[in-house]
Amino acid sequence: MTPASGRFNPGDRVTVKFEDRPGHLRTPWYVRGKHGWIERVYGDFLNPELLAFGKDGLPKKTLYLVGFDYDEVFGTGQGPKDKVLVDIYDHWLEPLA
Amino acid sequence: MSDDHGHDHPKHELSYYAKRIYAMRDLLIEKGVISEKDIQCQIEYQEARTPANGARLVAKAWVDPAFKARFIADPKAACQEIGIDATAINEFVVLENTPQVRHMVVCTLCSCYPRPILGRPPDWYKSFNYRQRSVSDPRGVMREFGLELPDEVEVRVHDSTADIRYIVMPMRPAGTEGWSEDDLAKLVTRDSMIGVMDALPSLPE
Repeated sequence: MTPASGRFNPGDRVTVKFEDRPGHLRTPWYVRGKHGWIERVYGDFLNPELLAFGKDGLPKKTLYLVGFDYDEVFGTGQGPKDKVLVDIYDHWLEPLA
Repeated sequence: MSDDHGHDHPKHELSYYAKRIYAMRDLLIEKGVISEKDIQCQIEYQEARTPANGARLVAKAWVDPAFKARFIADPKAACQEIGIDATAINEFVVLENTPQVRHMVVCTLCSCYPRPILGRPPDWYKSFNYRQRSVSDPRGVMREFGLELPDEVEVRVHDSTADIRYIVMPMRPAGTEGWSEDDLAKLVTRDSMIGVMDALPSLPE
């Protein structure tokens, strides 16, 4: 995988932006506005929001594996250690103090 | 477009989408963009990719710790090593199940799936029902596939939204010491590599 140029490192706490706009958005609704953490840095990838419209996908965006607790995303109902992990691009994330 | 263009269409009533696909296929052929042979080759290519590829990888990883380490560190290279063409995948990540952790894969946004190693996704994988419930109630989904997990096991649901394709490496069933790779591969079902169930405990009848 390509070396990552993004802003975050494993363990960093992040908030997913709560945004909506027309387009090929790869961030699922259920995590928008939610708090999680960087689980893994996957590297830099062409931006699918641009590729989907025939553009070159540049500049590349860093892709992360972002972890979320069930309590944060869906409330209760699953096991106490269960997690949802979502692949999210850098520009959808904000640092969480 | 005439009906007289060299290949058969199904005789039964077609759905809206099927009609649209046949119309597009005919137009692409008529305009010389693709040929009948291209379509046939592509069908054969798609059909050649089956969950047997993933099962071979997992079975080899079970019996060969050095291969398992390579499979986890660089899955595409491991595929190449045993003659599986995974070059169509952008990035590929192996999720190893353990007694403490079970992984499960979904693509809530569409139907992203590691096709070179698992073939075509089952219809249920693409259904709205699975895509919604796999994230909101993974334990409920696993229960329907016959897997009941105690609370202390950590369930990790991977939503494959972007460039990464995931395969779950199920645990090797107890009592299979000394089995051949070919027999072990028969225990590695497609569904166990999506992560909704464990590998089979014994050879299917």
